[in-house]
Amino acid sequence: MSRVGWIRLAVIVIAVGALEFACQFGFINRKVVIPPSEMAVALGKLLASGQANGEIARTFGIIVLAIAIAVVLGFAIGVVIHALPRLRQALDPFFATYYAVPIFIFYPVMVAIFGLSVIPIVLIGVATAIVAMIMATLNGLDRIPRVLSKVARVHRMGAVATALRLKLPAAAPYLFTGVKLAVSYGFIAVIASEFILAPAGLGRVISDAYSDFNNPRMYALMLLLIIVATFVNMVLHAFDQRWAERRGIGRP
Amino acid sequence: MTTAPADAAIHASLKGVTRIYPGAGGNKPVHALGPVDLDLRRGEFFGVVGPSGCGKSTLLEVLAGLQQPTAGTVNFEGKPVMGEVPDGIGVVFQEDASFPWLTVWDNAAFGLRRAGIDEAETRRRVDDVLAFMGLKDFARAYPAQLSGGMRQRVCIARTLVLQPRLILLDEPFGALDAQTRLLMGDEVLRLWRRTGATVLLITHALDEAAMLSDRIGAMSARPGRFMDIVETHWPRERDSTIVGEVAFGEITGRLWENLRGESLKSLGYAGMAAAE
Ligand SMILES: Nc1ncnc2c1ncn2[C@@H]1O[C@H](COP(=O)(O)OP(=O)(O)OP(=O)(O)O)[C@@H](O)[C@H]1O
Ligand SMILES: [Mg+2]
Repeated sequence: MSRVGWIRLAVIVIAVGALEFACQFGFINRKVVIPPSEMAVALGKLLASGQANGEIARTFGIIVLAIAIAVVLGFAIGVVIHALPRLRQALDPFFATYYAVPIFIFYPVMVAIFGLSVIPIVLIGVATAIVAMIMATLNGLDRIPRVLSKVARVHRMGAVATALRLKLPAAAPYLFTGVKLAVSYGFIAVIASEFILAPAGLGRVISDAYSDFNNPRMYALMLLLIIVATFVNMVLHAFDQRWAERRGIGRP
Repeated sequence: MTTAPADAAIHASLKGVTRIYPGAGGNKPVHALGPVDLDLRRGEFFGVVGPSGCGKSTLLEVLAGLQQPTAGTVNFEGKPVMGEVPDGIGVVFQEDASFPWLTVWDNAAFGLRRAGIDEAETRRRVDDVLAFMGLKDFARAYPAQLSGGMRQRVCIARTLVLQPRLILLDEPFGALDAQTRLLMGDEVLRLWRRTGATVLLITHALDEAAMLSDRIGAMSARPGRFMDIVETHWPRERDSTIVGEVAFGEITGRLWENLRGESLKSLGYAGMAAAE
């Protein structure tokens, strides 16, 4: 492992260790926070018992669905808007201010319309993630060098081959930035929606455990979410790094 | 063959070619090129020099079939060039057109794979062209890890590997320093001799044109026209050491004589003089 890697690991170990210490020796009330070791044990037991499997499947299913819709639809919408410069100009201010508005405030409205089901949660997830994907698509398409179209014609490539073989790979790292953001935003939006108001799901279970003072269950599931989110983002980050190295993107 | 024997020596030609870019979004149309007449002889090295913005790249793209001429006709190997790049023409563009997502090796193999050439033949030809272009040690590198000059070589390799009979080079070394450019010139001469192809090289460097070319077309300020075509009479076996010869000085002198006024025009001095 690199030096930086060791330092990173040390930071994590020290932080977790300090929390463990503080909880074990009463600096932090156990009724408020349980020690990380107990969180891990609780999570292990919960997973082994299979009690939470349904909730886990439901929540991650919704997250994957929302992200997939946001990425595919966001890309398609981005392509269309990119082809229509006037429309793009008209929409620009909306995109620029989109994330300044807490989209969340529309969640209750959606629940009122679609009922307390999966639909409003997916919609909030998509709505939160999709604009990042649209903007990344526009950026990616802007960055395709114009000379590539000429190269394509020298090789007598058709429109489809040009798009798939040259334009898509040229734009890929920028599109990937959109995917990364969509994953983070989708994740947050779905969990938060469940937390506020949902018939089931991890967010709801955590919220219920909180009301019931069921600390082991609450912290176990929080730990699970943290682990999954961190893992997914690490994988995406590793891809990003590889691209950055190969293509010199982000290098001064 | 229906082509007359006299035409066999003419590899590609432009007749009365002009190119006017239609004004987009309320802009005035731009008369970029012509009328231009040009016969490229089979196997010759033809240099094109001209002030910046005079229509050199436009000339190249019209010749390659990448742009339709507004008027006039383009011929390649006895057939009219119409809306498509004919087989046998290779183009290296002024901008960096290397594919950053592919290794140097895969960049060079791109055209062969598209043409469905089998893997063994592809490997042989790519290895060969990379060795020839001095890129062998960088076969596994990505373009972003190379200098600008090396990236341009990758583009040349990607073009050469398809064994074009007419190679069009648009200021491939424009971004390089003068010394490196002279050395790259030697390389271009080598590839010209080895491939036996006809080469059209656009450059803004008079010394580069004078050293490399059999003939040099000097273009006027926009709309670009050939004001003078200079024959150099260099032997086929030549390299950058000819810059020391008397004839070299005479050629660059004659080119500069032609271009001085035009370059001033393209800088806007003519307008200032007229206003006085
Ligand atoms: N697509 C286009 N639409 C309108 N005008 C264009 C277009 N492409 C080029 N021009 C104009 O046509 C003229 C000739 O352009 P061209 O690129 O052929 O010149 P050049 O001699 O290659 O210039 P440089 O020395 O900068 O490479 C320039 O004034 C340029 O601004
Ligand atoms: Mg040019």
